[in-house]
Amino acid sequence: MIEFHNVSKRYPNGYEALTRVSLQVGEGEMVFLTGHSGAGKSTLMKLIMLMERPSQGQVVVGGRNLDRLRPNQIPFHRRQVGVVFQNHQLLFDRSVFDNVALPLQIAGVHPREIGRRVRASLDKVGLLDHERANPITLSGGEQQRVGIARAVVNKPPVLLADEPTGNLDPDLSSDIMKLFCEFNQVGVTVLIASHDWSLIRSVGARVLTLEQGQLTHDGALQ
Amino acid sequence: MSREPGARGAHLSRTGIADVWQAWQQHHRNSALDSFGRLAETPLQTLMTALVVAIALALPTTLLLALGNVQSLGERWESGPKMTVFLKLGAQDAAIAGLRDKLRQMPDVQEHEYISPAQALQSFQAQSGFSEALAALDTNPLPPTLVITPAPTAVDPVNLETLRQRIAADPLVDEVSLDMDWVRRLNAIMNLGKQLVLALALLLGAGVLLVIGNTIRLEIESRREEIVVVKLVGGTDGFVRRPFLYTGFWYGVFGGLLACLLVSTGVASLGGSVRNLAATYQDTFVLQGLGLAGCAALVGSCIGLGLLGAWLAVGRHLSAIEPR
Repeated sequence: MIEFHNVSKRYPNGYEALTRVSLQVGEGEMVFLTGHSGAGKSTLMKLIMLMERPSQGQVVVGGRNLDRLRPNQIPFHRRQVGVVFQNHQLLFDRSVFDNVALPLQIAGVHPREIGRRVRASLDKVGLLDHERANPITLSGGEQQRVGIARAVVNKPPVLLADEPTGNLDPDLSSDIMKLFCEFNQVGVTVLIASHDWSLIRSVGARVLTLEQGQLTHDGALQ
Repeated sequence: MSREPGARGAHLSRTGIADVWQAWQQHHRNSALDSFGRLAETPLQTLMTALVVAIALALPTTLLLALGNVQSLGERWESGPKMTVFLKLGAQDAAIAGLRDKLRQMPDVQEHEYISPAQALQSFQAQSGFSEALAALDTNPLPPTLVITPAPTAVDPVNLETLRQRIAADPLVDEVSLDMDWVRRLNAIMNLGKQLVLALALLLGAGVLLVIGNTIRLEIESRREEIVVVKLVGGTDGFVRRPFLYTGFWYGVFGGLLACLLVSTGVASLGGSVRNLAATYQDTFVLQGLGLAGCAALVGSCIGLGLLGAWLAVGRHLSAIEPR
């Protein structure tokens, strides 16, 4: 589902975030991406959702070579990739419902259908009774779950999460991780950047480790 | 993305064309209402911007309207080029009758009207307001006059000039005045005026573009976060652009309507004075306003400017706001 072929990313200031990274993540797989901050985890995720373009090499997602995508095709690629951001990226000028509905409105889903699917998604993350609330009134963990509901509401085949449990206490973290496992069980390819080792160990999935932009480990946790 | 039928895995939910069309319409409705709501939230600022737009457009519109009125006034006078033949003071009635007979035989003269000195004095007294001064005169200073309407075949300048010379050659004739020059001059001035107004309209139109563009730039800045999120979850440029285009559209509507109001108020307030002035010239000229079609054209072009300004502003700033 996700393939990197000799991918390097050098930023305009000369900083090389990724150096000749090659990897493959199969359809329906769940993979953790670990490494110290600055090791290139975020860059790798940005390349998958085309927030960045590689300096060298090729990224293929869902059989599509991202290198060949024209700018006007980028939005349609992004609709296939649900992303949970570390800083949530929620809009505080509208309700929880409207935040989650945004990807559906963009994708042109029928207004009647939107209500049903947003509620299904909010139900999944346990926030159905908060749909009218403004996300700013919610706790960090709840905001994170709104972000997750928004990322999966359009049922994307790929789900990326950048440090989704970064600022949460262990109980909340394991709840959130459980959610990701459930999405994975229904066939979503899940890639989670995290350095929460105990959590990764408890899931027991495949782990990719980046060190200074290079892939140094690929497999189960040692 | 190739998939085996029935393979395990999440399927991207498919949306039909009809759904997309309906959602597209819905987004247009929502964007239009949302943009309107945002403008209504800051009524004073909205009014100021709309007023700037309105004034910038009302100015060239008023000038254009004035030119149109002057031109139609010119056409009224131009429609029958007339020749005024002033006869020598004290010309005998019999001699005048002989001249009139000659005129009747000229094929280039369609008709002519004789104004005796007494008639001329009477109408001059009635209209000019000099009645008392005229009454003080011992003798009538006005000459007998013939007003000649040339035949349609003789209207071109060369034929008219020939006719003028033939009539001027008569010993009874003091002077022939052919009031064509000033019409020609008026037309030349009108053309120059039109070009000036066009240049002014272009300049002010560019000003309107800048005003609307700048207002929308500020709104884009304040909604930057929203734009980033929309782009991250797969919003197309068109989706991002839509609400801002509607903002430009509304500024166009408000500005255009205000401009119509400004111009119409001006025309209405001038209408009375113009009618009085026209009456002193024995004319029934009425100042022409914008009319429904003119208003529609003004609002339409204002909407066009609003949309274009918004389009340019969003286009310039949209690419700068890429998710990073």
